[in-house]
Amino acid sequence: MLAWTIYISFLGAAAMFLLPKGSTAVARILALLTAAAGFAIALSAFVHHRTGEMLTVTDATWIPSLGIRYHLAADGISLSLILLTGIIAITGILFSWNIEDRTKEFFAFYLLLIGAVYGVFLSYDLFLLFVFYEIVIIPKYFLIAIWGSTRREYGAMKLAIYSFVGSAMVLVGLIAAYVVAGSHTMSLGGLAGYPFSPHFQMLAFPLVFVGFAILAGLWPFHTWAPTGHVAAPTAASMLLAGVVMKLGAYGCLRVAMTLFPLGLAPWSHHILGLGSWRDVFALLAVVGIIYGALVALVQKDFKFVIGYSSVSHMGFILLGLMTLNQIGLSGAVVQMFSHGILAGLLFAVVGRMVYARTHTRELSALGPMGLNHTIPFAAVTFVIAGMASMGLPGFSGFVAELMIVIGAWHAFPALALCVGFGILIGVVYVWRAMQKAFFSESRSAALPPGHPLPPITIPEKLGAIILIATSVLIGIYPQVLLNIIVPALNGPLFSGIRTGSWQ
Amino acid sequence: MNSIYSQLLHLAMPQVIVVATALLVMAVDLLFLKQSATRTRFAVAATLASLGCLAAIARIVTTCGSASIFNGMLIANPLTHLVQVALLVLTIFTLLLSVNSTFTEHVGEFVLLLLVATAGMMFLVGTQDLLVIFISLELLSLSAYILAAFNKRSLQSWEAALKYFLFGGMSAAFLLFGFSLLYGLSNSTGFAHIASVPALNPLLVIAIVTTAIGLGFKVAAAPFHFWAPDVYQGAPAPSAAFIASGSKVASFFIFFQLMALRFAGAEGSAALPHFVRGWVPVVALMAVASMLLGNLVALRQTGLRRLLAYSAIAHAGYMLLAIVGHTQQSLAALLYYVITYALGTIGAFAVISVVEDQRGSDQLSNFDGLGKQAPALSFGLAIFILSLAGIPPLAGFFAKFFLFVTLLQSSAPAGIVWLVVLAIAMSAVSLYYYLRVLKRVYVAPVPAGAAEIKSPLLSQAIVLILAGSVILFGAAPHLLLRWIEAAITASGS
Repeated sequence: MLAWTIYISFLGAAAMFLLPKGSTAVARILALLTAAAGFAIALSAFVHHRTGEMLTVTDATWIPSLGIRYHLAADGISLSLILLTGIIAITGILFSWNIEDRTKEFFAFYLLLIGAVYGVFLSYDLFLLFVFYEIVIIPKYFLIAIWGSTRREYGAMKLAIYSFVGSAMVLVGLIAAYVVAGSHTMSLGGLAGYPFSPHFQMLAFPLVFVGFAILAGLWPFHTWAPTGHVAAPTAASMLLAGVVMKLGAYGCLRVAMTLFPLGLAPWSHHILGLGSWRDVFALLAVVGIIYGALVALVQKDFKFVIGYSSVSHMGFILLGLMTLNQIGLSGAVVQMFSHGILAGLLFAVVGRMVYARTHTRELSALGPMGLNHTIPFAAVTFVIAGMASMGLPGFSGFVAELMIVIGAWHAFPALALCVGFGILIGVVYVWRAMQKAFFSESRSAALPPGHPLPPITIPEKLGAIILIATSVLIGIYPQVLLNIIVPALNGPLFSGIRTGSWQ
Repeated sequence: MNSIYSQLLHLAMPQVIVVATALLVMAVDLLFLKQSATRTRFAVAATLASLGCLAAIARIVTTCGSASIFNGMLIANPLTHLVQVALLVLTIFTLLLSVNSTFTEHVGEFVLLLLVATAGMMFLVGTQDLLVIFISLELLSLSAYILAAFNKRSLQSWEAALKYFLFGGMSAAFLLFGFSLLYGLSNSTGFAHIASVPALNPLLVIAIVTTAIGLGFKVAAAPFHFWAPDVYQGAPAPSAAFIASGSKVASFFIFFQLMALRFAGAEGSAALPHFVRGWVPVVALMAVASMLLGNLVALRQTGLRRLLAYSAIAHAGYMLLAIVGHTQQSLAALLYYVITYALGTIGAFAVISVVEDQRGSDQLSNFDGLGKQAPALSFGLAIFILSLAGIPPLAGFFAKFFLFVTLLQSSAPAGIVWLVVLAIAMSAVSLYYYLRVLKRVYVAPVPAGAAEIKSPLLSQAIVLILAGSVILFGAAPHLLLRWIEAAITASGS
């Protein structure tokens, strides 16, 4: 049943081409129904699957001469992310209700992207995973290049090339693993069970990890993220920050770390005080957290603030992965979910509620408009989203970041202190953006009285409420996710990480 | 003696059918249709010729088993049958593609040459004898030179053909020189006398290099690629499609066979850090040069035909890696790659010819807004381009994946992995110029004052069929791979 999340999205995308010319409203509703159906399937699977271990969804022969199978399976981690995808898909469509230009194509690319994302999260065969992972690139490119704003063609091309370079690195690693194992299988379990030599893992791990981490916004390979997010139309930014970046983090955890756990083992000697790839990536993650926050602090463009905050928050996920303890790893997965929801919400406020009405994202220009009076709903939403993003208790961000910091405290005490500093700057940049955009003192008559801003529409309100409610739910009762994430992390697939001989 | 000749006729029957069809088409065209419109003449000629090709395919499919006469001068086994069928199918698509052409009044001659070249390719893949290889290569090449020059109104077409001819003649000389050395070394023109070649004496080295030059020219590998951009640019669309597809398939197949069989025992190795002298490092160097040059120069092209030419050079580089691998699996990978590549290329030329007819040239700017004006053709072009870029689930992706896997499997992976890394890195570069094309088609607005584009039904049908096959073979590679692997196993070569 879960496999239908993929098929239904692809079918929805195909159906867009069958609609007659000019049927904009129908296209919207069809897209919403498709996304809702995908979400319903994901939710019912999520509710029914209370144990979290790996369950096969579909398994069929695909390319027998290479031992490649069409094998879909889900465990607690993938189910959480599939649920996230469903939520973002629905709200993304609600926030693109104003797309008038080439609507059918927009939603066709959008649903194609969603279907491929579901596919990545569900794939158990690595060849299949890679196929879906690369399908994501093309709709992403067109969504930005056709419907984007600031420097859209540059942003789109940069994003596509970065993704493709990342996936090229992954491809090299996967082919090498397949050939070295020689076991005629591409299944994740099969390859993870093969004892690759420590030397090979030391080389393959960073290759595949960085390949995926490029998409997860690992500093210094993050530069596609702010430009891409800013150039993208609202729904695409929501998808990019909310789901697509999670693909990278998911790949790091699911592929790089399970296939090559010995790649995390200490080197025989220290270089610049770093003793293993684990130290290197943890350091890069923390640099990303602080760098992203600092750069977000000085942005003039409202959307760039959010774009860089994404880089900062993705750093938490990568740091959580590198802690290699249970609380840190499960915190990383919760953060994937939480950041997906919150980044979606923030981009929705900035891109749809504010930019689509004011046609400017300059913080200095937004201030005089007195947006807290003209569109109070946007102001309230941004305050809530900002609080969640800062990591105030009661929201999902708090739980996730707390778990990651505790995990990091066990693994890298010094870095954990730096993370605290990063969180502090996080409060400041959100505060600054909030104050400048919505609550600026210097109110002038910049807005001609004849052009009142159009009020916030029902779909927007609905989308914002869904996202806020989800974040609050996870913040208050994180066990919803943890109940299935923790058993998944204790599954046999991650035994290599848990029982690494270096610990 | 008589029975040998009847056997010869029996083996060469498909080629005989093709040549007979060629003569028939010529006769019909000149005797009955001289006064008709060019389009009618093309339609009749292409239909007749396609029927002839279909008859040849039927003939091939119904004869099974292996045969070989005159020490491999003419052979038939499931593998050669498979390649011949692929060649005939590609020729049929090329013929259909030419129906809407207006570049010539010499319809009969054009189709005749196309079919004769096809017969040449069929002989080429159906032999293991140096002399026959050379003769059939010349038959193919001479026809291809004229096909390239067929647009007599276009100076570019002349120039392209002249370049093609001059370079071709020179490379043929190299090839013949190499073959003569081989003959001197082994006292035989057959593939069977391998053992008598002493391991790597200087003459053999020269033979290897000159042979590689001669065939490297045919497959447009750098640094013997100079003809390719001009021919792709100047030749009429059907001729260019033919040279870029069918001729590639045949040349790559014989390149592989010649290297793997005739030079067995002198492989050497391209594994870092220790090259071992032999033909493998020679081919590996050609592959590296082609991948680098093709992909980097393609970045700066402004015309789609030239862009495809440089991308073809890059793809020749990838395909040469299969020859570097030279195992049975690599042969399967090579055939899968080159056949799916050829399908995509013909499709791309079908789109180009429509755009050229209606907007004047193949400049990328002429593709602006094509997505709005000709949705079917644009969809096809997008599929072909993305397949060339190696985006799954299209055929080009699986082709690359399979090829790299077989290459790594062919020897110790540690030494050879640098070639795979380079190839994959270069294909990441290639995404940039492929996306530039698609950006024109889908992102750029329709230029102001541009006339409607009328997409002929036949072109749309060809493009959609080819796009469908590229998707199908990509999503279910086993459909094609099964035949190829079965044929290779059955032929035991």
